[in-house]
Amino acid sequence: MSQVVLRATDVTKAYAGVQALERASLELCAGEVHALVGENGAGKSTLIKILTGAVQPDSGEISFDGERLARLTPASAKALGIAAIYQQPALFGELTVAENIALGIERTGRWGRVDWRARHRRAEELLGRVGARIDAEIDAGELSMPQQQLVEIARALGADARVLILDEPTASLSKEDTDNLFRVVRELREQGVGMIYISHRLEELPVIADRVTVLRDGNTIGTRDMGDVNREQLIGMMVGRELATVFPKRTVPLGDTVLELRGVGCKASGVSGIDLTVRAGEIVGLSGLVGAGRSELARTIFGLTPADRGEMFVRGQRVRIGSPADAVARGIAYVPEDRRRHGVVLEMPVSENVTLAALGNLSRFGALDFRRERELAADYTRRLGVKTASIRSLVSTLSGGNQQKVALSRWLLTKPTLLVLDEPTQGIDVGAKSEIHELMMELAEQGVAILMISSELPEILGMSDRIAVMHGGTIVSVLDRAEATPERVLARALGERTSEFQALVAAGAGPR
Amino acid sequence: MNRALAVTLGRHKRELPPAAALIAVLLAVLVAAPAFFGASNLRDLALNNAPVLIVSLGMTLVILVGEIDISVGSQFAVCSVVAGLLSKAGVPIALVPMVVLLVGAAMGALNGFLVGTLGLPSIIVTLAMLVAWRDALRWATEGAWVQDLPSDFQWFGLAPAAAQTLIIVVAIVVLMLGAWALRNLQLGRSLYAVGSDEEAARLAGIEPKRVLFGVFTVTGALVGLAAMLNAVRFNAVPSNAGLGLELTAVAAVVVGGTAITGGRGSMLGTLIGVLLLGTIGTAMTYVGISPFWAKAIQGLIILAALVADAALARFERHGSLFGRRAAAAR
Repeated sequence: MSQVVLRATDVTKAYAGVQALERASLELCAGEVHALVGENGAGKSTLIKILTGAVQPDSGEISFDGERLARLTPASAKALGIAAIYQQPALFGELTVAENIALGIERTGRWGRVDWRARHRRAEELLGRVGARIDAEIDAGELSMPQQQLVEIARALGADARVLILDEPTASLSKEDTDNLFRVVRELREQGVGMIYISHRLEELPVIADRVTVLRDGNTIGTRDMGDVNREQLIGMMVGRELATVFPKRTVPLGDTVLELRGVGCKASGVSGIDLTVRAGEIVGLSGLVGAGRSELARTIFGLTPADRGEMFVRGQRVRIGSPADAVARGIAYVPEDRRRHGVVLEMPVSENVTLAALGNLSRFGALDFRRERELAADYTRRLGVKTASIRSLVSTLSGGNQQKVALSRWLLTKPTLLVLDEPTQGIDVGAKSEIHELMMELAEQGVAILMISSELPEILGMSDRIAVMHGGTIVSVLDRAEATPERVLARALGERTSEFQALVAAGAGPR
Repeated sequence: MNRALAVTLGRHKRELPPAAALIAVLLAVLVAAPAFFGASNLRDLALNNAPVLIVSLGMTLVILVGEIDISVGSQFAVCSVVAGLLSKAGVPIALVPMVVLLVGAAMGALNGFLVGTLGLPSIIVTLAMLVAWRDALRWATEGAWVQDLPSDFQWFGLAPAAAQTLIIVVAIVVLMLGAWALRNLQLGRSLYAVGSDEEAARLAGIEPKRVLFGVFTVTGALVGLAAMLNAVRFNAVPSNAGLGLELTAVAAVVVGGTAITGGRGSMLGTLIGVLLLGTIGTAMTYVGISPFWAKAIQGLIILAALVADAALARFERHGSLFGRRAAAAR
């Protein structure tokens, strides 16, 4: 293999006390397709942000062409020829393809005059290099998603890209478009471009990648030649951590079915054919990759994107939940994923946040009972161990873990029968994490049915009685606690697409 | 400092700067022109500003939920003319205020439907309504005033002194009711939540659409009430009543410490804002400054209020007025 273009050594990065990268290293050669894999939250995105200069590492070294870089900024990354292409193309829909390609890479005449003919020629030439038959003069917004991706690659080539980062480029491509993209990737490899290729489709890696690096919990676990590993070994490297955290899981006698979904779907949010039951006292974990439809399903259950297909039963009664207010009235509580944005009202005091969903119970003849509000807020913040100067403090002054506890206490106050938690412990410190796990267990013992979304496999495996795995907007598998292993859950989350890619390999499209 | 006092001051820290400004203006006038505090001048000031206060209280609700209503001036004109026409048509003066209130509420509800239910931007919706109501009225009245009103129209047919007291008392009662409701009612709390973070409020089971609809409707009704109280002060109704009222109301609310982005503010602050803007013009004439400067000074006060609010917010967030030290250190 030829010489190394880009090398990251022992890169670390922490966000607000949470370690995103611990010791991440990656080596990319010219003319190489280097796959980067790992679970959600393993640190892939952070590493990419560092390599494109969007984020500065806390420590570690990055070198380009063997020269150590003191500081990598988006501008210097661009000057070096490092370009990234994301799953969702970022073209300007109102501008033509040629204009999009010219943006930021074109030299203009005196006074910034545009040479339209030269621009058009350049665009056609670059489109030709990626083998795209696209009219350079139509609006980019009229192109299909895969076509837009090719335009982005053409633009990167126009900027003389030597390193191209492809972040899940095939996540929403058809087989045909995937084949076409692979052909372009191979041509670029011939031209000496080094490519970092991020994908959750492990099956396609043998087809396209030369080497693979596995990230786990912010550490580089290892780099292998693609020919030396198989899918099972890769999954093993991705999940192979011992369960360091002890989960306060206890067996709870299950009660009646609280929530039952039969063939539920929602066109707007892309979930379909959902069959699921959650019983009183049961914790059901909802696992899957980002984009598999887990949060979308939660939002449908809570009436944010109401179901337009299927039947929904709460405590055996058929219901239609058209808004969050309907859901609250049925005893459903929902703590969203992006709590900093919407789980709490940041600019309101702790006390008012705690009581916001239960104002009806707090009122006498329509007037709020402030004394009762103070008592309840004090009681719940103490029970959940919310660390705050006063219940009058604004929630924005609290740490992430304490904000999450405020969001939780709001719903506990409503005495829900079903609690939907979306990433309940994401981005909060270890101590607060186990307190929230303990709280979930206590709620389950009181007979609350809990549906928990989590991207952390140990949390899913440690807390759930059953695990529903989602892929492509539907539940593909439900595993009992006894039969669930990290490998099984992850394998199902990655989807069973093996057959079509085996066909690809068989057709002689292997890496070499 | 007494703890209860400290808590009260802490809760009202947004009202403190305008209150201080008001006191400063009044003190300056007390020294320079004590005649300002004559009974008849104060009564005129109160009468002039009572309708403005009532409209501004409605505007406070609208701005608290993070919206704006610049159609209140035109609604005010429609309500005024309707009051005159009803009275002229022989409707008993006791019934006229109720009908006018309903007319105002209906116009407000239309705004509420367009902004809340349909989700259109309030600045554009109410701009369209501002023009539409004003010009519809111009077309209908051909610019003529409503004259030859029955004798029981002016001052509700009461003795002027009694009616004047009534007007001022009504304004005070609306103020107190509004302040109480905003703090003590579930709806008041919902309003702050929607204004702070609409999506978070929705996730807490509040229905922002309904809150918005309610707020605009109540504001319309308050505009109707204000128009009624204003119209009976004269024996004819001008068809261009309430011209520029929306600006005065928005200014009073903002000067009173309510955040233009919603979620923070109070009725008390709006009272202070109305008093500050309402007295400064008259006070200036007493002190001997040309009244032509009045609008310019009002503009400066509004600007000062916005700058003060931004500075306060920045100070709370970063711990300094200009730098970002605290944020960077985090």
